[in-house]
Amino acid sequence: MLEVQNLSMRFGGLLAVDQVSLDVQEHEIVSIIGPNGAGKTTVFNCMSGFYKPTGGKILFEGHEVQGKPDFRISRLGMVRTFQHVRLFNRMTVVENLLVAQHRHLNTNLISGLLKTPGYREREQKSLDRASYWLDRVGLLDLANRDAGNLAYGQQRRLEIARCMVTEPKLLMLDEPAAGLNPAETRDLNQLIVSLKEDYNVSVVLIEHDMSLVMDISDRINVINQGRPLASGTPDEIRNNDAVIKAYLGEA
Amino acid sequence: MAANNLKHALFCAIVTLIVAYPILGLNLVASGTEIVLEGATTQTVISVLVAAVVVFLFQLFRDNIMALLGQAPALNSLANRQPMEQSKRLKLESTILTLIIIGALFWPFFVSRGSVDLATLVLIYIMLALGLNVVVGLAGLLDLGYVAFYAVGAYTFALLSQYYGVSFWFALPIGALLAATFGLVLGFPVLRLRGDYLAIVTLGFGEIIRILLNNMTSLTGGPNGIGGIPDPTLFGMEFGRRVKEEGNTSFHETFGIAYSSEHKIIFLYLIALVLAVITALVIRRLMRMPVGRAWEALREDEIAARSLGLSRTAVKLSAFTIGAFFAGFAGTVFASKQGFISPESFVFLESAIVLAIVVLGGMGSQLGVILAAIAVTILPELAREFSEYRMLIFGAAMVLMMVWRPQGLMPMRRIHIELEKQE
Repeated sequence: MLEVQNLSMRFGGLLAVDQVSLDVQEHEIVSIIGPNGAGKTTVFNCMSGFYKPTGGKILFEGHEVQGKPDFRISRLGMVRTFQHVRLFNRMTVVENLLVAQHRHLNTNLISGLLKTPGYREREQKSLDRASYWLDRVGLLDLANRDAGNLAYGQQRRLEIARCMVTEPKLLMLDEPAAGLNPAETRDLNQLIVSLKEDYNVSVVLIEHDMSLVMDISDRINVINQGRPLASGTPDEIRNNDAVIKAYLGEA
Repeated sequence: MAANNLKHALFCAIVTLIVAYPILGLNLVASGTEIVLEGATTQTVISVLVAAVVVFLFQLFRDNIMALLGQAPALNSLANRQPMEQSKRLKLESTILTLIIIGALFWPFFVSRGSVDLATLVLIYIMLALGLNVVVGLAGLLDLGYVAFYAVGAYTFALLSQYYGVSFWFALPIGALLAATFGLVLGFPVLRLRGDYLAIVTLGFGEIIRILLNNMTSLTGGPNGIGGIPDPTLFGMEFGRRVKEEGNTSFHETFGIAYSSEHKIIFLYLIALVLAVITALVIRRLMRMPVGRAWEALREDEIAARSLGLSRTAVKLSAFTIGAFFAGFAGTVFASKQGFISPESFVFLESAIVLAIVVLGGMGSQLGVILAAIAVTILPELAREFSEYRMLIFGAAMVLMMVWRPQGLMPMRRIHIELEKQE
């Protein structure tokens, strides 16, 4: 459903991403790994429309999306999280989820001012969807807290829930396990697998936690210094000499 | 530490001398056809010296004095109270607002004409401040040219009435919509800018509108302004002594009461009151609607908001346009109240005052903004005797506010949407 072909991104004299290709099929978890500074997040930024790639194509469900504005890409169903959690800190947990459903809501000013039945119905629906996802990630009890006051692991989960209420087809997670303890990482593992199994969402994952990556990925792409190094199933990657040398290290 | 303080204190004292002596001490006195420079009198010299000594001592012992002052708020029993629960606070707030509105409805019948006139002005500023509050307080866009939309509203009514004889009630929505259109058109190119850059560009726009009005002499009368703007009518009844337009009747004749010029002023006040209440209610509602949440979200974290499918331009433009709409409202009322407008009423200082009201009241807080609008408009009137020092007092008040209540009189506490617990 997603195909990235020969993606390149140049910042002045620096070629941050050079001819990277990857593809994601429906119902699949694909990981991108590589050393720090390899250009993984830059690939994400190109895919989600924050950067306009200097070369290559990005096809989402057959449509070219490279260079489209970020909010349009997200409305097509490609939604991302961030390496450093980006929540609306002074809004409550549930409001974070309501904002994410903005485009599903009746934003007509007049009907909102008059509180028409249609408007109320949609508000209620979005509240219901929000509480469903809060329950799903175990944050329902904290629904009325300010998002900024949550513990770090909770913020990570909220960020994923906030993506899910937009009903995406493809979820891009940028280091979701960073800063989590082992127990939280296990929960995250289960959550990501369940997103794929139960909600039919494809996932692109950037992660440094190898046990998580090896455990849940269907395929892995390795990037090193902006260039693709290898791609394949977890087993293939684990035994690839080039990958071991550049990133995994010898045991 | 002490040596450092001493150096700093000396420096401050010398700066005081350098600044104060020429300003207070040197006088230009007209003698015949010439102007003579006179030196300071002994009294002035002494007071300048005393001031320098006071500054010196204050700076020298600043740490101790500030520490003492720091303990002072402990005397205030309200300082450490717990924030009220949301439902309780909302109830209290709406009760207070309702009482204010009821009081405001009856109040003009018991006071002097001057006070009612001033109160109308206060209400116009409340409308302006509530509108700007959407742009600055809720959407976080620093707009220094807000007065431009106020001018658009006022001039729309003035021009329509001059050229086409349009009445107040027709001009009111047209003025507001036209101001909103200006907001939309002007907002489109500038909203990709942020922070300081946005402030400078909007400042420029404000001035452009004023200078345009000043120079399009054939249409707007330039600096001479436009006069003879009609008063609003009540269902075709005019408030003048004699009916100006054919077919209209006059208010005092219809009801068989003696003519009084106060009727018109009270009527205008009531119109402004109703419009201000509408403004407050609409904006209060908007804050809780999806668009209000989107403003908030975009202010909190623009990148996250965009990644969730919020269009930055659409959300910011909606704030800008709605703010401009209410400025147009206020402008139309202003034109009707004054009966005469000229570009001089729409200088940058007006934008600054409205912005000061928003900041003083606590950005985003409606009740705070209303109180601040009352304070900022009425205090200069009360302090008329010190007219020369008005701006000085204003400045000092701002500095004190920034020190003691940087978050404003009544900082905004948002109305959160609560998820009810389902058992």
